[in-house]
Amino acid sequence: MARKKKISSFAVNNIKCYGLVILAFLVLMPLQSAGVLNNSVSGQLVPICAYVVMAISLNLTVGYLGELSLGHAGFMSVGAFTGVITAVALSQSVAAPELRLLVSIIVGGLFAGVAGLIIGIPVLRLKGDYLAIVTLAFGEIIKNIINCLYVGIDASGLHFSMKNTNELNLDAAGKVILNGPQGAVGITKIATFGAAILLILFALFIVLNLVHSKTGRAVSAIRDNRIAAESVGIGVTRYKLTAFIISAMLAGMAGALYAQNFSTVAAQKFDFNLSILILVFVVLGGMRNIFGSIIATAILYMLPELLRGIADYRMLIYAIILIAVMLLTNNMKVRAFIDTAMANIKGKLAGRKGGNS
Amino acid sequence: MTKMVPLPSKSIVPERDAEHEPILETHRLGIDFGGLTAVDEVTLAIGRTEISGLIGPNGAGKTTVFNMLTNVYKPTRGDIMLDGKPTQGKSVAQVSRMGIARTFQNIRLFDQMSVLDNVKVGLHNDIHQSLLASVTHAFGFRKSEKEANERALEFLSFFNLDKFAYQKAGSLPYGEQRRLEIARALATEPKIILLDEPAAGMNPSETAELMENIRKIRDKYRIAVLLIEHDMSLVMNLCEGICVLDHGKVIAKGTPDEIKSNPKVIEAYLGKKKEK
Ligand SMILES: Nc1ncnc2c1ncn2[C@@H]1O[C@H](COP(=O)(O)OP(=O)(O)OP(=O)(O)O)[C@@H](O)[C@H]1O
Ligand SMILES: [Mg+2]
Repeated sequence: MARKKKISSFAVNNIKCYGLVILAFLVLMPLQSAGVLNNSVSGQLVPICAYVVMAISLNLTVGYLGELSLGHAGFMSVGAFTGVITAVALSQSVAAPELRLLVSIIVGGLFAGVAGLIIGIPVLRLKGDYLAIVTLAFGEIIKNIINCLYVGIDASGLHFSMKNTNELNLDAAGKVILNGPQGAVGITKIATFGAAILLILFALFIVLNLVHSKTGRAVSAIRDNRIAAESVGIGVTRYKLTAFIISAMLAGMAGALYAQNFSTVAAQKFDFNLSILILVFVVLGGMRNIFGSIIATAILYMLPELLRGIADYRMLIYAIILIAVMLLTNNMKVRAFIDTAMANIKGKLAGRKGGNS
Repeated sequence: MTKMVPLPSKSIVPERDAEHEPILETHRLGIDFGGLTAVDEVTLAIGRTEISGLIGPNGAGKTTVFNMLTNVYKPTRGDIMLDGKPTQGKSVAQVSRMGIARTFQNIRLFDQMSVLDNVKVGLHNDIHQSLLASVTHAFGFRKSEKEANERALEFLSFFNLDKFAYQKAGSLPYGEQRRLEIARALATEPKIILLDEPAAGMNPSETAELMENIRKIRDKYRIAVLLIEHDMSLVMNLCEGICVLDHGKVIAKGTPDEIKSNPKVIEAYLGKKKEK
C-alpha cells in the first residue's frame, strides 16, 4: 500500500506540472489566434515561457543540488546569442522556421552547457559556496564580452570582431548579427507560443525524470549530506557537474527561445537583476517544487504588468517578500508554528467532514 | 607503495581466521593535528568474518581511526591495506567501492530523502542505469529501478524498517535512524563495515536487537564488522576480538576475557572514572 502511494505521488506531481502547462496552452492558444489577447499580453507569452524554463532549470541547481547560482542569466545569455547567430546563419539553407528554431535552441543549449562545464569543473570540486561568487562573476563577464562583440555573416561565412562592425570586413550583401552594445539586431522573430510550450514540456520531462532516478538520488544525497554520500561511494564532483550542466543547458535553450521573440536583444537584458529575479521565482515557488516554480514565475511575471503604477517598487517588493519567505522557511520556531497551525486546520477540516457524514 | 611488514597475528584473535588473510590491516598508523598527535602506532588486523571492537575512553582517538580507515583523514604515518590492497591516495568514494562501509557517530542520513531512497543511494554503484536512462525513464530504467526497489526493501525488512520506507529519513526516531544508517552502509556490499557507536542512545531492548542484527549481518553476508562502542556488555558479548585505545595508542588487544582482566585496560577505564 505504501508503495502504491509513493508511485502515485510521483505521478500526481507529473500530472500537475504537465497538465498545468498543457492547460495554459489550450486556453491561451485559441485566444491568441483569435486576437482576443491584447498585443502586450500576447507578446509576453514567449518570455513567460522562457522564464518558466529558467525557473525549472534553476530549481535543479538551487533546490535539488543545493548550490547557489547567481548568474543563471549568463547561461541564458550564452544560449540567446549563440542561438540567434545559428538561426541567422541557417536562414538561407534551412527554409522552415520551426526547424531553424529547433536547431538554434539545441545549439544555444550546447554552448550554455559548455559554459557550465567550464565553470563547474574548477568550482564544483571545492567545498563551500564558491559557485555563487563565480556564477555572479560569470554573468557579468558574459554581459561585458557580448557588449563588445561584433558578429556578421556574408557569403564567406561568419565574421567576428571585438572592435566595431567595420572590422568585420563583410561583403556588400553581408549582414551584422551582433552589434556590440546594441546586442543582436535584425533577428527574425521565429519563436512561437507553441514552441515555447514544447520547450517547457521538454524541461519538465528532463528535470522531473532526473530527480526520480539514480542520478537524481545521487544529487540529492550530496545536497543532504556530502560526507555520507562520499562514504557510500558516490563521486561527488561528477554528479554535481552533471546536474549543473543540465541546468545550464536548459537555461541556454530558454535564452535561444527568448531572444527570437524580439527583433533585437541586448546583453544588458541578461544581467544580475534577471538572475536574482529567477532566483526569487524559485525561492517563492519552493525549493524542489517544480509546480511552484511554474506558478510563481507566471504570477510574479504578470504582477508588474498588472500593477504598472507601482512597477518602480517591483524590486523592492520582491526583496521584502524574498527576505520574509527566507525568514519564514528557515526559522525553526516559525516553521514549527506553521506546521502545528496547518495540522490544526487539517484536523478541524477532517473533524468537520466526519461530523457531517 | 610501502610493503607491510608481516604481522604477528592475522587478526585480533588469530585462531578465528587463521586460515585466511585479514580483510583489513593497519600498520603503525598515526595522525597529527597541528603538531598534536591524536593517534599513533595503531597496528591492527581484522579477520574476514570477525566481529571486533575498538574501545577506549572519550577522546582516545577511535573515531579518528575510522576516519583514517575511510580516507576521510589522510594518515600522517603508516599504511592501511584493504583485502591486500593499499588504500593510500584513494578518494573516500573509491575506498567505499573497494569494500569499506561505515556509519557515523553523529548520524549522517539523507534527511530530506525517503528511507527507501537512503538505501537506494547505498546501492548506487550497483544500479546499472545510464544518464540517458535517468533523464528519459526509458532504456532499461524500469528494470533497474525495480531491482533497486526490491533490494532496498530487502535491506529495510532485515532491519525492520520497511514500514517506514516512504517516510523522510529525518523524521525517523533515533533508534531507527541508527538502523537505517547500517542498512545504507550494508547496501554498498562492503567487505567490512565500521560502526561508530551503533548502540548510542538506544534502550536495552533496542540494543539487544542490534546485537542480534550485527551477528546476523556477519553470518548472512559473511563480512567483517569493526565497531566502536561504550556499552561494555555489548562489546564483551558480541566481539570476538577487542582493541583498546587510550590517548591515541593501542594499550591492549585480545579476546573479551583477556581484555577484561588486563590491568592496563582496567587502569585506563578506572583511572578515568576516578577523575570524574
Ligand atoms: N579534525 C580534527 N582536528 C583536530 N583534532 C581532532 C580532529 N579530529 C579529532 N581530533 C582530536 O583527536 C582526538 C581523538 O578524537 P576522536 O573523536 O577520535 O575520539 P573518540 O575516541 O572517538 O572519542 P569519543 O568516544 O568521545 O567519540 C581528540 O582529542 C580530538 O579533539
Ligand atoms: Mg568517537
